[in-house]
Amino acid sequence: MTAIQYLHAFNGVVKREFWRFIQQRSRFLSALVRPLLWLVVFAAGFRAALGVAIIPPYETYITYETYIAPGLCCMILLFNGMQSSLSMVYDREMGSMKVLLMSPVPRSWLLISKLLAIALISLLQVYAFLGIAWIAGVEPPLLGMITVLPALVLVALLLGAIGLFLSARIRQLENFAGVMNFVIFPMFFLSSALYPLWKMRESSEWLYWICQYNPFTHAVELVRFALYQQVNLEALAITLGCTTLFTLLAILSFNPERNTRTVPARG
Amino acid sequence: MSSTTLELESVSHSYGNRVALDNVSIKLRPGQFNALLGPNGAGKSTLFALLTRLYRLQQGEILFDGASINRQPRQFLSRMGVVFQQSTLDLDLTVLQNLEYHGALHGLSGRAIRARAAQELEWLGLADRLGDKVRSLNGGHRRRVEIARALLHQPSILLLDEASAGLDVASRQAINRAVRDLCRQRGLTVLWATHLLEEVKPEDPVIILHKGRVLADGQGQALCTDTGDTSLGDLFERLTENGVPAV
Repeated sequence: MTAIQYLHAFNGVVKREFWRFIQQRSRFLSALVRPLLWLVVFAAGFRAALGVAIIPPYETYITYETYIAPGLCCMILLFNGMQSSLSMVYDREMGSMKVLLMSPVPRSWLLISKLLAIALISLLQVYAFLGIAWIAGVEPPLLGMITVLPALVLVALLLGAIGLFLSARIRQLENFAGVMNFVIFPMFFLSSALYPLWKMRESSEWLYWICQYNPFTHAVELVRFALYQQVNLEALAITLGCTTLFTLLAILSFNPERNTRTVPARG
Repeated sequence: MSSTTLELESVSHSYGNRVALDNVSIKLRPGQFNALLGPNGAGKSTLFALLTRLYRLQQGEILFDGASINRQPRQFLSRMGVVFQQSTLDLDLTVLQNLEYHGALHGLSGRAIRARAAQELEWLGLADRLGDKVRSLNGGHRRRVEIARALLHQPSILLLDEASAGLDVASRQAINRAVRDLCRQRGLTVLWATHLLEEVKPEDPVIILHKGRVLADGQGQALCTDTGDTSLGDLFERLTENGVPAV
């Protein structure tokens, strides 16, 4: 295989993800409605109850909506990452996984292509959300919309890798509900997406430490700082390390025999 | 004519304690329509999973043009086209999108894919369905799309696992005829797995597989002559009832 053939394979994986995404308009809609509900309804209710002190990267008092916007961007990435896990399980159940496995291109390359494709689709949704959030009054610096891009890509890769790793563990489509309960919700709620960690520490020390060990917390902080044209080095290092780890785990746990278990059913 | 050879040497495979393939040794006749005949549960799909490297070889050797497929797996995959028993098309994508995805995974450019897709679908009588969603096609047409897809990267060997399963008689015959034409015109080595006797002709090289064992291997007519059976059907029935190899 030549480099150009690798590129064609990458292109094929990305295009398929886009085609499937376009087919599923409701997916795009729900990806936007979910964070917008949090931003418009949830944040409006909590604004009065929660005071957000001046904490980096913010240089002044901010509204609660402004505080949770980076967390909601990551929420979109989180759901998309888990959606990738769902689509892998679906492909396995429908048999179309075999098309991927029969490719002469190395499977590790195909998985990385898939990860990048998931990241690209997630980014579209995040920017659509940021656009609507802007209209709703959440106005980070315009330049921040550009500086946040690498952070968003890295976080999308991290959450996509976690999704792909999980897909190797999920045997049936029905088990995806478990992912919601045991992965998405704990990851999101036990992070700094909705409340600053110092606030969490005030109410519970052990909850604070769980949040600290949650990679999603650092992903949110990376995005938060990048949106304000700053780099949180600790968050960057942890997110980068976790992305590498989960990408490797996803590649290593991608077992064709498990991914095509329906093959010998009849003949 | 193609000189591609595919050979299995003493291949065995088990699922836990259940033996799916037991010391299977076969050699496909190059450039011919090779029929793999066996009832449900014979081990045909396991054999396909091993041939396509979806399953890891537990015992034995698979040789492609004389070389182990484990040595050059990517080269092997690039020269093999497969139609699985279970459809592997993405129903929500169009015919062309399905072909484009497959072609790209084999390193083909968009232009090459579109040219070949048009050519293969023209030949299979589906040129006007390029932009249709696969979901809108009937079973026979979906199978044709799968065949077109399997041919897209111009393989030298084509494996079809119960490719006519679930189709009506007319569609079954049409698919079978199309693959035979393909074999004749392009010199492709074909392995056609089926449990239906009417899909196999007396002049075909036939491998009869039952409960994971090869019970007969040879040209259909010659096998009947050697064993004294009046037809391939009688031979198949007798062998699968007794389970005793004829060769």
